[in-house]
Amino acid sequence: MKVMVAVKRVVDFNVKVRVKGDGTGVETANVKMSMNPFDEIALEEAVRLKEAGVATEILAVSCGPVACQETLRTALAIGADRAILVQTDVELQPLAVAKLLKSVISKEQPKLVVMGKQAIDDDSNQTGQMLAALLGWSQATFASKVKIAGEGAEVTREVDGGLETLSVKLPAVVTTDLRLNEPRYVTLPNIMKAKKKPLETLTPDALGVDVTPRLAILKVVEPPKRKAGVKVADAKALVDKLRNEAKVI
Amino acid sequence: MTQVLVLAEHDGKTVRKATLNTVAAAQKVGGDIHVLVAGHDCAAAAKAAAQIAGVAKVLHADAPHLKDELAENVAAVVVAIAKQFSHILAPATSHGKNVLPRAAALLDCQQISEIIAVESPDTFVRPIYAGNALATVKSADPIKVITVRTTAFDAVAASGGAAAVESVAAPADSGLSSFVGREVAKSERPELTSARAVVSGGRGMGSGDNFKILEPLADGLKAAMGASRAAVDAGFVPNDWQVGQTGKIVAPELYVAVGISGAIQHLAGMKDSRVIVAINKDEEAPIFQVADYGIVGDLFKIVPTLVEELKK
Repeated sequence: MKVMVAVKRVVDFNVKVRVKGDGTGVETANVKMSMNPFDEIALEEAVRLKEAGVATEILAVSCGPVACQETLRTALAIGADRAILVQTDVELQPLAVAKLLKSVISKEQPKLVVMGKQAIDDDSNQTGQMLAALLGWSQATFASKVKIAGEGAEVTREVDGGLETLSVKLPAVVTTDLRLNEPRYVTLPNIMKAKKKPLETLTPDALGVDVTPRLAILKVVEPPKRKAGVKVADAKALVDKLRNEAKVI
Repeated sequence: MTQVLVLAEHDGKTVRKATLNTVAAAQKVGGDIHVLVAGHDCAAAAKAAAQIAGVAKVLHADAPHLKDELAENVAAVVVAIAKQFSHILAPATSHGKNVLPRAAALLDCQQISEIIAVESPDTFVRPIYAGNALATVKSADPIKVITVRTTAFDAVAASGGAAAVESVAAPADSGLSSFVGREVAKSERPELTSARAVVSGGRGMGSGDNFKILEPLADGLKAAMGASRAAVDAGFVPNDWQVGQTGKIVAPELYVAVGISGAIQHLAGMKDSRVIVAINKDEEAPIFQVADYGIVGDLFKIVPTLVEELKK
């Protein structure tokens, strides 16, 4: 079974993002970039499926500028067999990415697509669901457990208030939640090996997809700052403040 | 013409509070508000939706294959009725987030996720980078498909309305997926995202057992219980307690953070609470920078005295 994993290059989760002075976005120049953490979990799951003999080939796909090659090399080092970059400098929104991925899928015919539930930059939480919709495939979002059985998959999902288990027909799109697995560290020998793995480059034009953004970003600002309050001496003083000053109890 | 559809969140009998917050967001957009109740044997929920203040009409889709509200089937209902609406809104709950992007793609619309403000019928504010930046975005799509961060909009009244309930046909079962089971965490406490008060513990709790000392505090405040990602990752408490960027976004009247240092990822989930209290032994902990009231000290001593003081 061929498994495809979609990965996004984002500002590293440890970086404190700064809003640009002109309000057009956040500073990404000279900032550490990494693979979206949820996509790393998706890739780890695919590698485990391969190690378990369920997946036969793992294809990693990323859409974005040429620098996404780095992210794809990381994917290859983690365990993907080959990679495709759909290269464009246009700012991609989820619907456009879903259309690009759909187009790649029509050539590659994977049985399963795994990707992060959301990217930690735009926090949209859309692409997996949109991709499943465009393909007419089943979807299992926010997965915390994936079991492949024959022509289907049993997926446990993290939902408000607990867990839900679905049985989905393959092919399917699965999006990953944090607790699905803990991604492995990349080892130096694997980084060396990854350099020799095939990385193909395509373009939206070649795939016949219009990626023009649908949402205009008018401005980006810092959120209002919360002011630090006061320190109180003990529980008694706290209860007094909560009752008489904040009037919240 | 502005006509807004709100996808209701319901349990078959009643509508959940998230629906009321979403109707509030719909009111900011303006125009007629219709509420879609999709499910099986959910006539009672449709009736409850008709009572919501400000709702003009309830659309009720009832079919056996809508019972478990699978994304494929619910999205199909939304798409089938979408053309008469200028806006389609759903709460940004796990259900809304699962269903709405699927419908948006089928309508060839770029969804706008988790809005926190409506600037005009085509312009909205949404947090990005875990709330570390706020983006104002304008949509050119014919239908604005939107999920709503419920904590950003004050709920409308659950009663006072008298909308007509109209049946709508559900498209056939997609047959793509089926429901296997559900494990719902049972609790006597209020639900985390709608509770008036929340008591959360962090890594400083030391163990899952130690979370027991927070229970009488939560009882005294009639609070839901939550946790930081660090506490969840350490295995102290289940994942659905997690408050933060990768967990739940809460904005209660009172948020009490116990043994939580205040990582950015946690702050993203609770910084819009009205009053924040922090109890931590490290006076340099970043949580104190957002807390209205802080106590520096040993939580294992402070929490029990706090419980006693609350009883007075």
